[in-house]
Amino acid sequence: MTLPNTKLQVMWNRLLAVVEEQGQALIRAAFSPIVRECGDISAGIFDFEGRMLAQAVTGTPGHINTMAEAVKTLRARFAVQEMKPGDIYMTNDPWIASGHLNDFLLMMPVFYKDRVIGFTSCTSHLVDLGGLGMGPEGSDIYDEGLLIPPCKLVSEGEINALLMEIVKANSREPVANEGDIYALIACCEAGAKSLSHMLHEFGINDLDQLANYIIDTSRNATIKAIATLPKGTWHNTLVVDGYDNEIELHAFLTITADHLKVDFSGTAPCINKGINVPLNYATAYTVFALRCIIGPEIPNNAGSLEPFRITAPKGCILNAQPPAPVAMRHTLGQMTPDLVYGCLSQALPDIVPAEGASCMYDLPLRHAPETGTSNHQQFAVELVFNGGTGARPTLDGLSATAFPSGVWGSQVETTEAAAPVLIHKRELRPDSGGAGQYRGGLGQHIEVSSTINQDVLLFLSVERVSNPAKGRNGGLTGAKGRIRIDKDGPDLPAKGEFRIRGGQTLIFETPGGGGFGPPHNRSAQELQSDIDAGIVSTGAAREIYGAPE
Amino acid sequence: MTTTDGLRLAIDIGGTFTDTVLMSAANTVLATAKTPTTPATPALAAIDGAVRVLETSGVHWSQITTFIHGTTLATNALIERRGAKVATITTDGFRDILQIAYERRYSQYAINIEKPDLIVPRKHALTIGGRMNAQGQELAPLNEVAVSDIANTLRAGGIEAVAICLLHAYANPAHELRLRALLRGELPNLVISLSHEVSPEAREFDRLCTTIANAYIQPLMAGYLADIQRRFVEKGLGCPVLMMTAGGGMTTLETAARLPIRLVESGPAGGAILAARLAAETGERQVLSFDMGGTTAKLSLIDDFRPQMSRKFEISRAARFIKGSGMPVRIPVIEMIEIGAGGGSIASVDTLGRVAVGPRSAGSIPGPVGFGKGGTEATVTDADIALGYIDPDRFAEGRLKIDRIASEHALVQGIGTQLLLNAEGAATAITEIVDEAMASAARMHAVESGKEASDRLMIAFGGNGPLHATRLARRAGIRRILIPHDPGVGSAVGFLFAPVSFEIIRSYYTTLQAVDLEALNALFASMYHEAETVVRAGASQGMLTQRRVAFMRYKGQGHEIEVDLGPDPLDPADIAQLSANFEAEYARQFGRRVPGMTIEVLNWGLSLSSQAPALAACPDQPEIRLPSAQSTRRIWCNITDRWQNAAVFLRSHLGKGDRFAGPALIIEPQTTTFVSADFRADIDGRGNIWLTSEQETTT
Repeated sequence: MTLPNTKLQVMWNRLLAVVEEQGQALIRAAFSPIVRECGDISAGIFDFEGRMLAQAVTGTPGHINTMAEAVKTLRARFAVQEMKPGDIYMTNDPWIASGHLNDFLLMMPVFYKDRVIGFTSCTSHLVDLGGLGMGPEGSDIYDEGLLIPPCKLVSEGEINALLMEIVKANSREPVANEGDIYALIACCEAGAKSLSHMLHEFGINDLDQLANYIIDTSRNATIKAIATLPKGTWHNTLVVDGYDNEIELHAFLTITADHLKVDFSGTAPCINKGINVPLNYATAYTVFALRCIIGPEIPNNAGSLEPFRITAPKGCILNAQPPAPVAMRHTLGQMTPDLVYGCLSQALPDIVPAEGASCMYDLPLRHAPETGTSNHQQFAVELVFNGGTGARPTLDGLSATAFPSGVWGSQVETTEAAAPVLIHKRELRPDSGGAGQYRGGLGQHIEVSSTINQDVLLFLSVERVSNPAKGRNGGLTGAKGRIRIDKDGPDLPAKGEFRIRGGQTLIFETPGGGGFGPPHNRSAQELQSDIDAGIVSTGAAREIYGAPE
Repeated sequence: MTTTDGLRLAIDIGGTFTDTVLMSAANTVLATAKTPTTPATPALAAIDGAVRVLETSGVHWSQITTFIHGTTLATNALIERRGAKVATITTDGFRDILQIAYERRYSQYAINIEKPDLIVPRKHALTIGGRMNAQGQELAPLNEVAVSDIANTLRAGGIEAVAICLLHAYANPAHELRLRALLRGELPNLVISLSHEVSPEAREFDRLCTTIANAYIQPLMAGYLADIQRRFVEKGLGCPVLMMTAGGGMTTLETAARLPIRLVESGPAGGAILAARLAAETGERQVLSFDMGGTTAKLSLIDDFRPQMSRKFEISRAARFIKGSGMPVRIPVIEMIEIGAGGGSIASVDTLGRVAVGPRSAGSIPGPVGFGKGGTEATVTDADIALGYIDPDRFAEGRLKIDRIASEHALVQGIGTQLLLNAEGAATAITEIVDEAMASAARMHAVESGKEASDRLMIAFGGNGPLHATRLARRAGIRRILIPHDPGVGSAVGFLFAPVSFEIIRSYYTTLQAVDLEALNALFASMYHEAETVVRAGASQGMLTQRRVAFMRYKGQGHEIEVDLGPDPLDPADIAQLSANFEAEYARQFGRRVPGMTIEVLNWGLSLSSQAPALAACPDQPEIRLPSAQSTRRIWCNITDRWQNAAVFLRSHLGKGDRFAGPALIIEPQTTTFVSADFRADIDGRGNIWLTSEQETTT
């Protein structure tokens, strides 16, 4: 029976709704703060071949594409004829799942009328896997904690108790880990149930025709969008702060009639700190950035992702090989959009935004090890702050806004209720947005201290402290990030472990985004409005924008 | 003061129409009126409607003992930006709470998004020294000497209203209260909203936004409320005016003037109250309320005869139906999902060659193409016209001429030519997409609350609800539908069943093991006292119903679950029960409880309400009768996929016990009920229409 297109379309919408339901359930049941505050998850539905048909829009770009590839890998690792209803497979291998050990991926075969017809899968960030913890200090993957190769977590509905004990025994946060794995299981099971309901409701026995329709339609629409682009190859270099030394990232973007290629040849090699990036993760952010410009309305699936092909020489810092340390792979991973936009803007100068703060400024604070054992004194929080985004070709950048990541910032009142810290200030930084006809978004100025006069440890892994966001088409750079302890303290480097003593205040300034177009082209009205708002100083207005005295 | 002995009058002023309903003590609708809203002076249409229903039923003003009013004025003032010039005062160092918000883009792939306009520009964002901590202890005193400078700035800026939101004011409001007193001394006419009064919950961005929204509409609403009272008293109204709130309860004019933000979205709340009332009358414990109008569809869940409540919703979204793109407002509100799917929603073909419907709407002007008022783009209503579900000669009692040819032409032009479909093919595609969108919304909405949409009774009303009910039901796995009396004025009818009520939420963080019961019971006592004062002003006699809840979660989670506490002070023995209740609710929502976890509580809620009008006795099951149709119509049957005859009934001619099979159309003045071929219609002892799917009738 051939189904009419409108019926297929309705089923497609249903699949998208089902994955969204899965994603929401996962976030609501999550324990990991980065998951519930920032939606660091993904959920997807796959056909019998392991091709991704739908992925939840909720979630972070870090999982785009990684899950699509991971399920293919797991699908090939286990024989389908041996799968039973109620089985669930799992791994946190960074090179299979999502780039570091914290991301756990589960995959469940979906049975309908006693046959596997497809798979549901989801990924979530667990709080702690032992090792040196979330930070760049590991010198190889073994320092970073527990790696679980692909295995069967649930067998016909029974959780493998030993496996769960191992995950708990190797974590500082065993309870939260267990809670998050429960949430992942519930997410897979709910998706599988909805999917078999759907087959029953629509009276179909498999997903084959629907899968082909979704993938063909999406691939064709993506190719159509690519066909409108100029053809050729463009190169860009992005210098990033790195750990001890600056690092050069290179990208070659090639646009052909029916696909896009990005190659990271020329990029510097891995280093012995955990900021190396497995290629699956670099690919995720690169493809995300490209899809924001090229066919953003087309849903994520095997068809829409297929025309984007990302390659890199093995061993470069964007294609780290085991056993390289990768815990903070997001620090550089989140810089790849600016890297590839530097290529794309040469092809599309009027479409692509300027560089932004890009890498999120997360601020993991923990009590010092010698602190007493009372609950009141022991704490660990991860505050997330963002800088400004790059100015867009027809709009200002967004101040204090996450891009490319999808994280949410923390609220002062909830932070102060949850941890013994006092936030003295959190305001926008005037003049931090790169000047331009369209101004870059502003960074923030934050001041934090301990309320109980204890030493606090800070684990930094941020960017744009030495290398600010560049403007485009004559727009100027945004302000650099700046981190110090006390007003007259020296500036800290972008990465490392630091101690804030009792009575001291951490001062933390996030970077601004780059401007777009020459500053003197900015309309007098917009400039005056920025001056009235105190976003641009009168001095800057005169000197940089050329405002009359 | 308010009694249910006499006659009750309800007036719902909507964007397009003002609906008026007069009801007897026995809860019988005596008269209804639909009059065009008069935006310049909304009271005119309200008076007009009231006069009409009183004349129709031969009733005098003095016989009215309860008057309930709901208006979109507050909502519209926010949407149309017709409020006061507002400034904010926040704690020194925190000028940019509004600008920084949650640091988030509401749409992941959209590079060119713009953030919502949050009313107060940065130049009107002022700060003052002084600091409380999360426990409510003062770390630095209020900088009182700065107040005169602030007053000067406000004066110079021509500021009419001020929203004051100081850090941790929910834990200790002393600085906010003192600042108000000092500002009053300087500027006696300034309207001042304090965050701890408007929304006493932690999270400064949400609290500030709510306080701003309240301050913004306060001057306008105060004037409006005084005006409407004066006009109705002049007419001869002898009872107080009660206002409908978003939370589904009534409140006095005094409370409404102080907290006007609670009046937004009161119309849709009325619809949910009606559905809850019908659920109670028919003993249905799991209901989905479905209200589909011209621009949007609203869905809400009703469990155990109570609409699901929420503490947050969004106004003035930058992208109308995208969650997170608007200004959050934290007030008690009936939880509903609103999507851009109404009769006027416009259909188009997207870049992937797929049919897309809404959220753009043709509204009432220019309206659907078939209405012949200038619309040129095919809408959902045009699809329903082309499929034969709307009778061109009987629509809106024949007052509006329907041009079916124009509808069909627009369907072919806008959709058909691109997808190689004829008019009925295009129309089918549109209705399938819009019905699936509503079904998905229903499922998503249920899932977000840990519930299921399927297997519920659907109560459908609004101008297009009865028309799309069977189509939506099939997709959402729903097998039974109830269409009430007067579905076109459902919200106003709902007002008449609302209790006088007030709800308060307070933040007090504790783990369940470490809870200080003395402090908690004192907190509840003060909340009770505050709520009682407000409720007794509108319902001086009769029993009050109290509901206490805790918002709980496993320590480390971010999403709270609401758990009932019972009305009495807690003693140590209650803690184990509370823990068990939480875990039972958790297991219900997430499949498995998580063993060995600490449980924490963030917020505590108390709501107090008067008794709603008593339920009438259940009439006997009427004897089944098989009525004959008034006529037949050719319709596109969505089950057999072909044109066939449908029986046409006039609702006014149907009687208790009547039963007939689909496909059929039931026509009444403001709407049509489409009984699709897979459903059967029955009229119950109260005159409600029940639609039951074949699947259900055979099992």
